[in-house]
Amino acid sequence: MFAIAIVSVFFWAPSDADQGLSQRIFYFHVPIALTGYACFGWGAWKALRHLWKDDPNADLESYVAIHQGVIFGSLTLITGSIWAKISWGVWWVWSDDQLVLFLVLFLFYCAYFMLRYSVDPGPQRANLSAVYALFGVVLIPVSFLAIRLSHSFIHPVVFTRSGAQMTGTMLTTFCICLAAMLVLFVTLYQLELAGKRLDTRIRELKELLT
Amino acid sequence: MRYLSDVAALTRKDLLLELRAKETIPAMLLFVLSALTIFHFAIPRGSSDVAALGLLWVAIVFTSLLGLTRAFVPEREQGLMDALVLAPCDRSTIWLGKTIAVIAFLGIAEVVALPAFTLFFSGLTLKTVAAVALADIGIAAVGTLTGAMAVAGRARELIQPLLFLPLSIPVIVGGIGASATAGPKFLLFLALYDTVFVLLSWAAFDFVAAEA
Amino acid sequence: MVRARNLSKRFDTRRIFDKVDIDLDVGGFLLVTGPNGSGKTTLLRVLAGLAAPTGGELELPVRGEIGYLGHEPLVYKQLTPHENLTLFARLYRVPDREQRIRSLLERFALWDVRDKEVATFSRGMQQRLGLGRVLLHEPKLLILDEPFNALDTAGAALLDEELATRSARAVVVATHDPERVEGLATERLGFA
Ligand SMILES: Nc1ncnc2c1ncn2[C@@H]1O[C@H](COP(=O)(O)OP(=O)(O)OP(=O)(O)O)[C@@H](O)[C@H]1O
Ligand SMILES: [Mg+2]
Repeated sequence: MFAIAIVSVFFWAPSDADQGLSQRIFYFHVPIALTGYACFGWGAWKALRHLWKDDPNADLESYVAIHQGVIFGSLTLITGSIWAKISWGVWWVWSDDQLVLFLVLFLFYCAYFMLRYSVDPGPQRANLSAVYALFGVVLIPVSFLAIRLSHSFIHPVVFTRSGAQMTGTMLTTFCICLAAMLVLFVTLYQLELAGKRLDTRIRELKELLT
Repeated sequence: MRYLSDVAALTRKDLLLELRAKETIPAMLLFVLSALTIFHFAIPRGSSDVAALGLLWVAIVFTSLLGLTRAFVPEREQGLMDALVLAPCDRSTIWLGKTIAVIAFLGIAEVVALPAFTLFFSGLTLKTVAAVALADIGIAAVGTLTGAMAVAGRARELIQPLLFLPLSIPVIVGGIGASATAGPKFLLFLALYDTVFVLLSWAAFDFVAAEA
Repeated sequence: MVRARNLSKRFDTRRIFDKVDIDLDVGGFLLVTGPNGSGKTTLLRVLAGLAAPTGGELELPVRGEIGYLGHEPLVYKQLTPHENLTLFARLYRVPDREQRIRSLLERFALWDVRDKEVATFSRGMQQRLGLGRVLLHEPKLLILDEPFNALDTAGAALLDEELATRSARAVVVATHDPERVEGLATERLGFA
């Protein structure tokens, strides 16, 4: 049901805007990026809950949120480089702050997975993952600042994207897209969480039977 | 006071271990000199000084990585973290003691590396030196924490670079910025990085050191 | 001193132990036995506060009043016995540090090699040093995992003597040689 809603929003919304293709991808790129931040933020919030309140579900929830975040992050990189290709004719632009930030975050959260898979499941893994997730959410603003500052010696001219002047319909479409992405995230999040929990239950039952 | 004397005891231990083993510091020195030599051939003649300064920062981060990778090896090999966390001191002292030792190692490596850099490439401003000092603090603080995380898993030291390098990107930006531009903006940025990550690592170490 | 109710520990989904109840007071001696891989070390690590139990309630003395000796002697191999004990004596705030270290090293026949690197020691000498380390701060709860490992007759006799004096402490021992401490045990826990 959720999926149908999302799909309809997906296909209806961009067609609503009668700009070129380059504008159209903006409706995907930016909401996906914002959803990516939301995922990482939610993951870090759950990580904090784990460390602070010892919430027994928080570790898995944090992991799943970050997993989704990496998926959305990869999509951001892909849509971002498509956008770059369309607007500037190259697949990668170092002047797009958001794109560079997502590259840094992509590297960081891949390391998160490496860390998680190198430790046996248990309280220690939960702690380490949570600490690293918190580092990630602090790294986002610090890196953003760093990337902004880096223009002063890497690029003499700072690009500013003219996306601020949005018309009413564009804004609506944008908001619908953002909402759709967030709903997509929540759905995928619930789905993966349910799957992971089921998996644990099955393994527990197997253990009981043997 | 208690806190500081615990930190002193732990730092003393790390310095003593290095004095015995004589592994990390010689390795770091040799590495940084080799790196600078390689960089001489890597940058074409007529490149700007800024390019050379960029390579200096690359050399510093990778040299520190070499030291950081070894930081928790003595503890890991003997399961000694167990003995340390059972002591009645605040667990963050373990992190702080190690971080101070790492800063000392880095400092020694740089006492050689920075003059070597001026010899091989170009002169250094006082600002660059200040930036290096600020960067050392952040690098050691974050790297010691990720080092402790890395040795907890099966992959051991292998994932230390993966954990550490994304976190070091802002340090590189701040460092090169401080070397290449005027004004205190980048030094302030490095100081901000240090403050944020020192506090975060200090608070987080408790959870990294032990599961209970 | 140690009170455990319904204690359980799992690794992922695998149960190591379940529904363990322990009551141990000063003078108590808990003997833990069982075949290899049955969970003795796991239980001892939980009792030392090094591993978190998966379920149940656990009441332990505060950190610093526990002495834990694992399979490894838990000393720095690149340091000397004297340096090792000095470090731990500082961290544990042992009063009369030098004297205490000296008496322990003499007791375990390590005084003559106090300035040699532990890496050059035999396994039994390292085990003696490990015992010295756990006894250093006079822990109220002494947790020993196969402490007779690698000890010679004299070393084992020293340990017997140490285990017999429990006026101020409780002891938990896991061993494959239960006969050795049979007479001392006040509680028993057998893993299958
Ligand atoms: N970190 C871990 N992750 C997963 N399983 C573990 C871990 N540590 C121990 N185990 C498992 O728990 C079980 C109990 O191990 P433990 O070391 O407690 O046994 P033990 O009774 O001390 O054995 P031994 O007599 O050989 O010392 C073993 O089957 C082991 O495989
Ligand atoms: Mg064992």
